[in-house]
Amino acid sequence: MTKLNVNGNTVEVDVDPETPLLWVLRDTLGLTGTKFGCGMALCGACTVHLSGNPVRSCQVPVSAVGDQPVTTIEGLSKDRSHPVQQAWIEHDVPQCGYCQSGQIMSASALIASKPRPSDADIDTAMAGNICRCGTYQRIRAAIRRAAEIKAGNA
Amino acid sequence: MSANLLVTRRQVLGGLVIAITLPACKQAPKSTGAATTFEPNAWLRIGSDNSITFFCDRAEMGQGVYTALPMLVAEELGVSLERIKVEFAPPGDQFINNLLGGQVTGGSTSVRDGWEKLRKAGATARHLLVAAAAEEWGVDARSCKVVDGVILSPQFKKLNFGEVAEAAAKLPVPKDVPLKPASQFTLIGKAHKRKDTPAKVDGSAIYGIDVKLPGMLYAALAQPPALGGSVKTFNDEKARAMPGVVAVVLTSSGVAVVADSWWRARKARDAEQIDWNAGPNGTLNDAKIAQTLRKGATGAGRVARNDGDAAAAIKGAARVVRADYELPLLAHATLEPQNCTADVRADGADIYVPTQVPQMAQAAAAKAAGLDPKQVRVHTTFLGGGFGRRLEVDFIPAAVELSKAVKKPVKLVWTREDDMTHDAYRPPAFDQAAGAFDEKGKLIAWNLHLTGPSITSRWFPAAVEKQVDPFAVEAAANYPYDVPNVHVDFRQQEIGIDVGYWRSVSHALNCFVAESFMDELAVAAKKNSYEFRKALLEKQPRYLKVLDLVVKESRFGYPYRGHFHGLAVMEGYGTYMAQVAEISLEGGKVRVRRVYCAADCGQQVNPDTVIAQIESSVIFGLSALMWGEINLQNGRVQQTNFDSYRVARMTDAPRIDSYVIESGEAPGGIGEPATALVAPAVCNAIYTATGRRLRSLPLSRHHLA
Repeated sequence: MTKLNVNGNTVEVDVDPETPLLWVLRDTLGLTGTKFGCGMALCGACTVHLSGNPVRSCQVPVSAVGDQPVTTIEGLSKDRSHPVQQAWIEHDVPQCGYCQSGQIMSASALIASKPRPSDADIDTAMAGNICRCGTYQRIRAAIRRAAEIKAGNA
Repeated sequence: MSANLLVTRRQVLGGLVIAITLPACKQAPKSTGAATTFEPNAWLRIGSDNSITFFCDRAEMGQGVYTALPMLVAEELGVSLERIKVEFAPPGDQFINNLLGGQVTGGSTSVRDGWEKLRKAGATARHLLVAAAAEEWGVDARSCKVVDGVILSPQFKKLNFGEVAEAAAKLPVPKDVPLKPASQFTLIGKAHKRKDTPAKVDGSAIYGIDVKLPGMLYAALAQPPALGGSVKTFNDEKARAMPGVVAVVLTSSGVAVVADSWWRARKARDAEQIDWNAGPNGTLNDAKIAQTLRKGATGAGRVARNDGDAAAAIKGAARVVRADYELPLLAHATLEPQNCTADVRADGADIYVPTQVPQMAQAAAAKAAGLDPKQVRVHTTFLGGGFGRRLEVDFIPAAVELSKAVKKPVKLVWTREDDMTHDAYRPPAFDQAAGAFDEKGKLIAWNLHLTGPSITSRWFPAAVEKQVDPFAVEAAANYPYDVPNVHVDFRQQEIGIDVGYWRSVSHALNCFVAESFMDELAVAAKKNSYEFRKALLEKQPRYLKVLDLVVKESRFGYPYRGHFHGLAVMEGYGTYMAQVAEISLEGGKVRVRRVYCAADCGQQVNPDTVIAQIESSVIFGLSALMWGEINLQNGRVQQTNFDSYRVARMTDAPRIDSYVIESGEAPGGIGEPATALVAPAVCNAIYTATGRRLRSLPLSRHHLA
């Protein structure tokens, strides 16, 4: 049994230790908001927070997680109230939406570490997240807006 | 739904649907809400609890039908958009797309097809509800009003839709309920937040890959590495011994492993030892395909347009310009890999699938299960991208065969590598253009000889038996410029592998050729690309308007220092569009800085979605232009994942400025056209910057030092 701390809950899972965290989240724990896109850390659809840092969960064996808290899109807020989620709704960012959990997890980690991200910061933080619908312009605008909301300029 | 409703539906639809036949399969929508009391047509259900459900008969793949289509209904029904709950409709002939002849989401047709019939569906329902209320009150229905789902009598008595739903269901359905004039629209044409956004920012939206059924097993599939290959022999001893493996099954698509988790299924799949037959494409490669197309091009094609006598005009011309263009195969690369969940039982089956073609999915599943289509229920989920990939049903039979074999629900998920190497690729092209000037420098002839495989000949062979494939000559047959002699033909030349519809289909091929070559002719005529086009579009007001608008907004020809402009114009899906690309060159590489796009798509339904689709299409076109190519060696696709098949990322994304004209014309499609103009606009800018004319893509093949 492997013990995990996911979205504030302690859970025990019976899985092969090399199983990527992504598949434990999706298939064992039923947290399907985290998506499978490439399996090689190339697309970012599987991004979650590990101790607050964005990681590609398809490349993290569950045995490497240890006691680091895992946050998925389902745990970002209970009611879509995280500033990034609010901004995403305000700008109607998603199209097909498949990449957006990963985009939101990357963006929320960015504004947590850089409350006023520059364009270059956004490029660096978001370059690992592919959106085939091409919502990049709205993502950029929504990240700026999320930073404002977080700063209290709602 | 009872058989009576079919009659009702016919009455509602009147002459709109040319041929409604009894559905091959009638499937009740999956809604488990309140007691159903009123279903005035296939799209609407109004419950006695005052719930309003819209059955969305098109796939939501990002293009916004989940919002735009209920807007059409709500406008006439007389409710706010928020009141309407959306569910995906099952397959059924009542949902046939009249522009495509099947229940198909594609061709930027959803709003155009639904424009009248969905407003009529809303208007008819409202008419019946008001009539029921008026009858109860004993007043003239014409004296009643509807305000957000509440019917008001002249004496200000109130009844909500739910209260009269049961009575409305008993009234005869009127034939022709008048529709509001555009001037009275309160929803259509005003920006609305997408109804699917909340579920897409909290992870709760369910895509095919997220489906989970009780007792479900997971599957991974090994497919023949060469396109069109097959399994010769396989040894599953090692795979079977791996933990969690339930079965190893030879399917019609390859050898699959069924296990208690997808990760275990995939690990065991990789441990299978399979000998493959390479099949008919065992020696196919890019050079061979190029050669096949060039050879094919020596023959005449089917004529798509013939004004005057282009051949004679070219022969007698003072000056002739000729150029050949080549375009590569492309993958769709939807971010959600192909997948299907099947639950096959002796008496029937359910499939859960992200598909653009639920009827074809149903037929494919029925065939694989050995069932009648009537026995197969299709549950369409959200699609993690479509772009034409999910018009194919190639990923469905194996899932069905597996569920049948293990007698349990099975979710088959392809890896990214499976997906990249087993697509129905965008066809390649070898196209020859010629333009001729008279001695005064007037353009007197335009000839476009297109060569490539035909997608439609696989999909609808009967449709192209005697005529040119209409999906091969888009943005070519409708050549808009005022030239007396125009000839466009398409020479069908198959290449051995299946090709598929890819966002904007042949527009993306032909607009690149036509609009690049227009710039070549402008250069030959020593004219600026804007003035050259403008002079030839004087009789085309809608083209002219978008051209002038984009030129003005972009300050075409006057970019920042070190930046360069290129222009392209096109009509596609009833939408008129002009783009200006602004580029710079950095170390021999092109950087697209900004794209200006002017569009006249007629009446808009949700204007914010119109802009979002322009932005989306530009990025999609940009990926293809910059890096998109699928290469074959021994019949095997060389690109496997997003490292070898590069697509645009945040760092590549230009600023996109959209300018949408309110023309009052009928709605045009907006999900695709902007895809096609990016390549010619950028290549025209590259010519301005470097004097080099690029006649093949992607740009990554070219070094622009």
